[in-house]
Amino acid sequence: MINLTIDNKPIQVPEGTTILKAARMNGIDIPTLCHFELDGMNFENKPGGCRVCVVEVKGRRNLAPACATDVMEGMEVLTHSARVINARKTVVELILSDHPNDCLQCEKNGDCELQSLTKRLGIKEIPFKGETSTYRKDSTLSVYRDMDKCVMCRRCETMCNKFMTAGALSGVNRGFQAVVAPAFEQNLGDSSCVNCGQCVQVCPVGALTLVDDIAKVMNAIADPTKKVVVQTAPAVRVALGEEFGMKPGEIVTGKMAAALRRLGFDQVYDTDWSADLTIMEEGTELLGRLKKALAGEPVKLPMFTSCCPAWVTFYEKNFPDLLEYPSTAKSPQGMFGAVAKNYLAPKLGVKREDLVVVSIMPCLAKKSERAREELAVNGDSDVNYTLSTRELAHMIRQCNLDLNDMPEEDFDSPLGQSTGAAVIFGATGGVMEAALRTAYEVHTGKTLPKIDFMETRGFDGVKEATIDFDGFPLKIAVVYSLGNARKMMEQVRQGNPNGYHFIEVMACPGGCIGGAGQPYHHGNSDIIRKRMEAIYREDAGKPIRKSHENPEILAIYKEYYGEPCGHLSHEQLHTHYFDKSDKLEATK
Amino acid sequence: MPPGRELEGQRGEPTLKPPFPAVSGYMGKPSNVNNVETFANVPVIITKGAAWFSSIGTEKSKGTKVFALAGQINNVGLIEVPMGITLREIIYEIGGGIKNGRQFKAVQTGGPSGGCLTAKHLDTAIDYDSLVAAGSMMGSGGMVVMDETSCMPAIAKFYLEFTCEESCGKCSPCRIGNKRLCEILEKITDGRGTMEDLQELRNLAAVIKDTALCGLGQTSPNPVLSTLDNFWDEYVEHVVDKKCRAGVCKKLMSYVIDREKCIGCGKCAKGCPVEAISRTDYTAPGHKLASMVIDSTKCIKCGACINNCKFGAISIQ
Repeated sequence: MINLTIDNKPIQVPEGTTILKAARMNGIDIPTLCHFELDGMNFENKPGGCRVCVVEVKGRRNLAPACATDVMEGMEVLTHSARVINARKTVVELILSDHPNDCLQCEKNGDCELQSLTKRLGIKEIPFKGETSTYRKDSTLSVYRDMDKCVMCRRCETMCNKFMTAGALSGVNRGFQAVVAPAFEQNLGDSSCVNCGQCVQVCPVGALTLVDDIAKVMNAIADPTKKVVVQTAPAVRVALGEEFGMKPGEIVTGKMAAALRRLGFDQVYDTDWSADLTIMEEGTELLGRLKKALAGEPVKLPMFTSCCPAWVTFYEKNFPDLLEYPSTAKSPQGMFGAVAKNYLAPKLGVKREDLVVVSIMPCLAKKSERAREELAVNGDSDVNYTLSTRELAHMIRQCNLDLNDMPEEDFDSPLGQSTGAAVIFGATGGVMEAALRTAYEVHTGKTLPKIDFMETRGFDGVKEATIDFDGFPLKIAVVYSLGNARKMMEQVRQGNPNGYHFIEVMACPGGCIGGAGQPYHHGNSDIIRKRMEAIYREDAGKPIRKSHENPEILAIYKEYYGEPCGHLSHEQLHTHYFDKSDKLEATK
Repeated sequence: MPPGRELEGQRGEPTLKPPFPAVSGYMGKPSNVNNVETFANVPVIITKGAAWFSSIGTEKSKGTKVFALAGQINNVGLIEVPMGITLREIIYEIGGGIKNGRQFKAVQTGGPSGGCLTAKHLDTAIDYDSLVAAGSMMGSGGMVVMDETSCMPAIAKFYLEFTCEESCGKCSPCRIGNKRLCEILEKITDGRGTMEDLQELRNLAAVIKDTALCGLGQTSPNPVLSTLDNFWDEYVEHVVDKKCRAGVCKKLMSYVIDREKCIGCGKCAKGCPVEAISRTDYTAPGHKLASMVIDSTKCIKCGACINNCKFGAISIQ
């Protein structure tokens, strides 16, 4: 243990602790801007670049960055001496002097870390006037970039390169013109970007924001010739409440359904329903591949899940030689869209073009997935608009509603009933657990002795287990972060030495609950943990917890699809992948 | 700059220390990073022995040092001198004194990150510690000698422009701070500066020195701080009197024709590229033609008129 004083307070912390952590462990909150950590999720951005966290260390010539300086025995640290406050204020004033300061119209107004830092330091004017650095605006279908607002914290870069290994963003240009951007002046959409949007989730300012589709949805609702239906993803219901002052982890399923009706959606459905459908298709596909493997027929194993659109783009760009490994099942968003346009539209008595399907997703990549050409018929997308959790919150506030005041309401039928297996899709390991619940019972014909698969739960980035499938040892792995997914794909290239049968991949920290469309967590990983607890609480409270027991799912197979992985479901509920490695040519 | 980040295919910018390169450098391996000069000393030390090497120089700075002597001095070039030599010996003995018999004003040591030393430092024995104590540094071994034709705020600005160019952009004080220092200096040398600017200059320079991430940013304000310390009056002249005593800051200069000396030949007007010179109604006693006058709003201070006037009637004020 190391003994030191911070602001004259004697403290003791383990060796290797930074001054910043030592201070925070002892109730002293040194402000930061570039530093960002997802505790326990193997993500830390610590470039030591912003210099906001500087502190005075007795005997040291210059000020020390608290985030990047380890404690030493006998150290005397001052976090708010006149010298420190003057330096800290001057540094923030400098950053503000190269910032558009259009806070009132900024997407991040109220959620901006530079804004709160300015308030906290009591900065009333910016003494420095001069040139401001600028870079062209750029947008994908998911991410909007206004680099004039970039403060060079490099969080996006770390997220993109270290966590996701997507390699789309890095520091370019020098000095005053330095900015984070794709290489070779590429647009983000032409780069190796997978639209996971985690750069947006970690951006402290408004440099990286989502593409706002609220107005399009409002216009569709206002159009009397359109019937507008909405689906809501599992992870949204455990995070939306945060936008309305509720504690992280509050479940707002019923209130959310009520709010959506009051916003004017004609029918309010649930992506959980199509998550159950996904399990039927994907689980059946897995069992099919396993049967072939057992019969000695050539088959691609391990099978990967395919519901995460950032992950799909990632393997299309990086592993075009392995496109036959992921499940061909569409994501729950995609399946819902297909069912809505093909099955539901005639039932509601509207043409497919007049049925507008809106998704509420915790994700920004879903905005890009929605627009994939193969998920459309004659140019009419199965899902017309995708809004994030944050956009839904904006829309609710815009329409003078408060989620707190909403009654509890149910989803509409027939695409509204779901099981516990579906809701856990929102957390890492959830798709695996849901698939196991169904695949086990379908495969063995027996009832699961224990419905909870604790092996697949929790925040480890890589989880492995061997599940006893009535004598057959099913080897599974669950990963989040595309960096971990990359390692799995590289293993497949090496011949799958660990003998995996089934691997679940979600791009975002902790799964969809940590998605880029969720309320900003500002690096507080406890918020993501609370959302995960809520997901499993919701599962435990469901009367039905296995997808293959969902009566609405059973009904649609009986009435429409026939059987999982049958002819019609192949046509509507499965997809195919494309070699998009040409997007990486420029950076090779 | 850590060794080999570019060799590793990464963006060239400083990383956090520790670990230092000697522990973890190129590809994570212990790396020896030194200047060519240091390595060049090694064979001599091996051949002649450490005792011989230590016999040269001062207690804390042993051996010799190579300087690149440049500027307004008679003998320029690379010189190798024992540590502990004085600036006076270098400038007046080795350098052969100031050019054209002009007055010594300052010497910038250590390159753009160093500082400007003045006549009061001429007898300081030069070693690593004494230079730092005097507000400069050994740095690159550059030694630029300046005479009274050098304007110190302009010199500070010149060096800052270099640092702005060299900044990698990683840390905010260097990326934005140096740019702002440069802009304030531009304001001052353009004659738009205020006393508040001088205050801001000093505070900002001190904060950059105190907070920047790497050696470049921590030393980049040195030319500003050392010229503020040693040539404060010159800054005040720029700001209050709007005057540049060295005649360097063009925007602070005006070309004036002495109407009594002007014979009205008009050669200045013919040579003026912007037609800023015209004839007046006044003919000085003893002259036949009316004298000329310069319109300062049109004048670009190119100096063509002075060169064309054979009668010494035009001066810079």
